[in-house]
Amino acid sequence: MATRVRGGTAPRLAPYAFVAPAVVLFLLVFALPIAYTVYLSLFRTEVKGLGLGKGSRSEVFVGLDNYVRALTDSELGAGALRVLGYGAILVPTMLGLALVFALLLDEERVRARGFSRIAIFLPYAVPGVIASLLWGFLYLPGTSPFNQALRELSLPGVDLLSPTGIYFALANIAVWGGVGYNMVVLYTALRSIPRELYEAARIDGCTPWQVAVRIKIPLLAPALVLTSLFSIIATLQVFAEPTTLAPLTNSLSLTWTPLMKVYQDAFGRGDLYSAAATSVLIALVMFVISFGLLRVTRSRAFGGER
Amino acid sequence: MRARLGGLPTFVLLLGAAYCLFPVAWVLIAATKSTGELFSTSTLSVGSSLVANLGELHGYRGGVFWQWVANSALYAGVGALLSAALSGVTGYALAKYAFRGRALIFNALIAGVLVPAVVLAIPQYLLLSKVGLTDTYLSVLLPSVISPYGIYLARIYAAASVPEDVVEAARTDGASEVRILGSIALPMMVPGLVTVFLFQFVSIWNNFMLPYIMLADDGKFPVTLGLYTMLKQGNTTPALYTLVVTGSLVSVVPLIALFLTLQRYWRIDLLSGAVKA
Repeated sequence: MATRVRGGTAPRLAPYAFVAPAVVLFLLVFALPIAYTVYLSLFRTEVKGLGLGKGSRSEVFVGLDNYVRALTDSELGAGALRVLGYGAILVPTMLGLALVFALLLDEERVRARGFSRIAIFLPYAVPGVIASLLWGFLYLPGTSPFNQALRELSLPGVDLLSPTGIYFALANIAVWGGVGYNMVVLYTALRSIPRELYEAARIDGCTPWQVAVRIKIPLLAPALVLTSLFSIIATLQVFAEPTTLAPLTNSLSLTWTPLMKVYQDAFGRGDLYSAAATSVLIALVMFVISFGLLRVTRSRAFGGER
Repeated sequence: MRARLGGLPTFVLLLGAAYCLFPVAWVLIAATKSTGELFSTSTLSVGSSLVANLGELHGYRGGVFWQWVANSALYAGVGALLSAALSGVTGYALAKYAFRGRALIFNALIAGVLVPAVVLAIPQYLLLSKVGLTDTYLSVLLPSVISPYGIYLARIYAAASVPEDVVEAARTDGASEVRILGSIALPMMVPGLVTVFLFQFVSIWNNFMLPYIMLADDGKFPVTLGLYTMLKQGNTTPALYTLVVTGSLVSVVPLIALFLTLQRYWRIDLLSGAVKA
């Protein structure tokens, strides 16, 4: 991974001094809150009597009770399924498009590459909230240009804010915002492949299509694994987009995704303990998915790293 | 072999570009419309109220919109600057020194990428409220300074761009470790650190949940949160929709400008980290 350091010459204390600020901040901003969440998840508020006056409310240890409740909570399960559905539309579409665009950018015979690269990457600079606002207006029957166009062709309008349409509406916002970033990552990886490989294939009579499928895509595998991993993580954390779209439609409840439910539990209902248990469960699922994916593909993803 | 013209591939790429530019074009046009026009006129016809809309946005609750923009610039600018500096120093130490606990520190930091923001934001809120720091600028800035992703990138950049023999030579000449870091290593890492800065700037500017949880006083809101609260009120006051549209346009302009001027730094190689021209 890192460059080897010759023993003895490098001072012993300097590296510790250099990493100290990051470690202290990490402990304060990451480790302490995580420990606190785990602690909270094991407790519950017990109300004595009428719950009035000082000392009538106390924290009692309940073990894994909050977890059992979270795991058997039907709304949380439904939310997890909704996010899976949303992710099943989003991740393949976004990475598929990103891969196609990256391969096209890498073809010398394709024109307007500079313009297209900037245009496709541009939405990355637009905050998720603003993107949701913009697309929200584009979906809203009153302002939607799509429905306007369909009306003029006297076709029935499409309501992307309906309970089913909303999956595509949300996935589209995320595809729009994320396809360019993933395209740039894949394109950068493509540029680091030695050109001679293609020349050799071309001399052997391979078409550009065959070069892309047989040489480029297999060599892109490590970058594809990492972009998939980051996309899946981002998908599971979806929060800003459905929260922003919610005022425009009745299809999005306040607990549409598990994270929205955590927020509602904590601040809507004031039940920090349930929120903490659900948070820990979500974090565990993310760890399992991430490490599972990395383990399966570890040798390919990191084999080439120094 | 290259004789065939890239007609279809070029078309596909331009189609992608059109898809990505479409909402931006829409907001440019929509911002010129009055509230009545927004809901009645054809999408592509330009309205006549851009100046009026901007004036109204400027006057909205005593100019609070500009306060939001200034707040966003402060959170993202200061946060990203501190974050790039911290990532640079940490990444250099992790890449260039062999010391006990290095693997542990690096792995712990990387695991931080995987912790969902809401899992952190709620306990961060509770802990900060214990020391009376919620609803302050610091409550949004502090968690934004440490970026596991930035440290990961900086470590890769340090390994790739700071040659071992240069560090070794400086050491032989008697330079202190702080001096090697400050006057040799960090300057060599600048292109990588600009990328870290940009990533962090965009991610703080775009962050919604952290300020949503931490802040109550709308004078401290970043522009994303401010526009969201306006949209929510738009349900009952449709006139606000025009302001939301105009505000969205104004708020994406600085980011797009930053993005276009610094676009040569957006070369991301997640595996080797080499900054390619």
